[in-house]
Amino acid sequence: MNNYTLYTVGDCCITMQVGSNINEEWSEKVIAMQRWFQSHPIIGLKDVIIAYNSISLQYNPLLVKQHYRPPGTISAFIKEMLVQAYEQATIVPGEQAVIRIPVCYDREYGPDLEWIARSKQLDLEEVVRLHTGSVYRVYMIGFLPGFPYMAAVPEAIAAPRKKGPAPVAAGSIGIAGIQTGIYPLASPGGWQIIGRTPLQLFHPLPEDRPLLQAGDHVQFYKIVKEEFISWKQ
Amino acid sequence: MSITIIKPGLFDTIQDLGRDGFADRGINPGGVMDRFAARLANALAGNPAEEAVLEIHFPGPQILFEKDALVSITGANFLPTINDEPVATWQPLFVKKNTVLQFTRKTWGARAYLSVHGGFCINKWLGSASTHIKAGMGGYAGRKLERGDKLAFQKPLCNIDQHMEPASNYKVLPWRPCIDKMYENLHQISFMEGNEWNRLGQPSKNDVESHPFYLTVMSDRMGYQLQGKVLQAGVEEELVSSAVDYGTMQLLPGGQLIVLMADHQTTGGYPKIGHVISAHFPKLAQLSAGDPIHFYPASIAQAETLLFSQEKDIAIMQRACIDHLNPFL
Repeated sequence: MNNYTLYTVGDCCITMQVGSNINEEWSEKVIAMQRWFQSHPIIGLKDVIIAYNSISLQYNPLLVKQHYRPPGTISAFIKEMLVQAYEQATIVPGEQAVIRIPVCYDREYGPDLEWIARSKQLDLEEVVRLHTGSVYRVYMIGFLPGFPYMAAVPEAIAAPRKKGPAPVAAGSIGIAGIQTGIYPLASPGGWQIIGRTPLQLFHPLPEDRPLLQAGDHVQFYKIVKEEFISWKQ
Repeated sequence: MSITIIKPGLFDTIQDLGRDGFADRGINPGGVMDRFAARLANALAGNPAEEAVLEIHFPGPQILFEKDALVSITGANFLPTINDEPVATWQPLFVKKNTVLQFTRKTWGARAYLSVHGGFCINKWLGSASTHIKAGMGGYAGRKLERGDKLAFQKPLCNIDQHMEPASNYKVLPWRPCIDKMYENLHQISFMEGNEWNRLGQPSKNDVESHPFYLTVMSDRMGYQLQGKVLQAGVEEELVSSAVDYGTMQLLPGGQLIVLMADHQTTGGYPKIGHVISAHFPKLAQLSAGDPIHFYPASIAQAETLLFSQEKDIAIMQRACIDHLNPFL
């Protein structure tokens, strides 16, 4: 059964949404479709953006038109390509290796940990135990270069975004709703910051495989401040 | 070296047509805000469209030419001068070494483009010369230009004296593309409905199409925050993040709009109530804080038709620029 909707994101981008919520099956589907487009390239395709439950194609309408001369709009042609990918892309079970990421949850690195603990009526250690206790799936990379959107944290520590953005240091680990993420670069941000990793997530060199990609699995583990500092050195 | 920044402008960055293909790493395309002006700047200076140019905001920089050059300045008109003599925009310009280019007043538009024949020497990052400010990569040292920065030309000119009057500092070549059509009705911007358009109630839909929205001072290369009628979303349900693009009109929680521009993020979670059509990106890029936008609805078919007719015009202009310039190269 087809379970998707298609919509335009302006005249140079089409999105196919394959489900209504955050779930592994939809994520696997859009990753499979992304792979399908790698083996079935479209002339004029500029970028493929995968998100929790959607895949978007950004294209140069002029190049698509010059190459394929579709009878209708270019937009309709790209939609057909997405439908084809949806029908033909099959989910390949990948290896389920878990990438372990060290985090220092000290107050100086996790200024909002106390707020979460207080509003959830947990002690600090319990918040850390819950955050390190689950394996998270990386659903998408977005917002900043290398920023992984991961889910789902236990409801007991799910926390709303801040009212407005505040300065966030590189390596900071945040929570927003049931999502958890890592700021690869210093940036203003609205997630509740509970700790910091000494690992470098953003690798500017093109040949470096980014530490995390959509479809990866992650588990955090706690380190103390001394370890954090020696890691940095 | 070929040029030196004597005094930096407000925000001068090296940009090209953008960095495609890295959205899966969260890296947005960036690139020039006004692709039309940048492509024409390159055509006028005898370069391919994708050559890196300097994107200039007002107040603009003071630039010392240490080598003879063939340049063009397009986009916004900031009344450029060479050694205090006014020079034309949107025309090829021979410049003698040891002269100073500066920008004296903002009379039209928001972003000017400087292209030099042969292009600047820039190390590309992920296939593009565009400056990615957040990552601190690409362009000139991953940042805006500062005092004392020096940029080399890839292909210094041998002898421009044959084209110049003796003792003159510059020579403007006598042709200019017709740009009126591209920027006519600068504040009238067409948009297509976004996926969350129907979250707006009918009165708010009417407001979008019948009231002006003003660019606030919170308007930069990432996005334009607009001030206008407060729009009411009927549904408040939170969205799962998905792709956004240049021109995406997002509805902020307070009921105001933000229009995403060249340095937008790859994904976003605010309702997408509309998308500016790409044929109107050049106009959008030339708006400044305080300017009004009047939104007009368009269909995908209209958007594509307008884009293709524009591209036809641009191809003719680019060809004409090259044909005219060839005898001088």
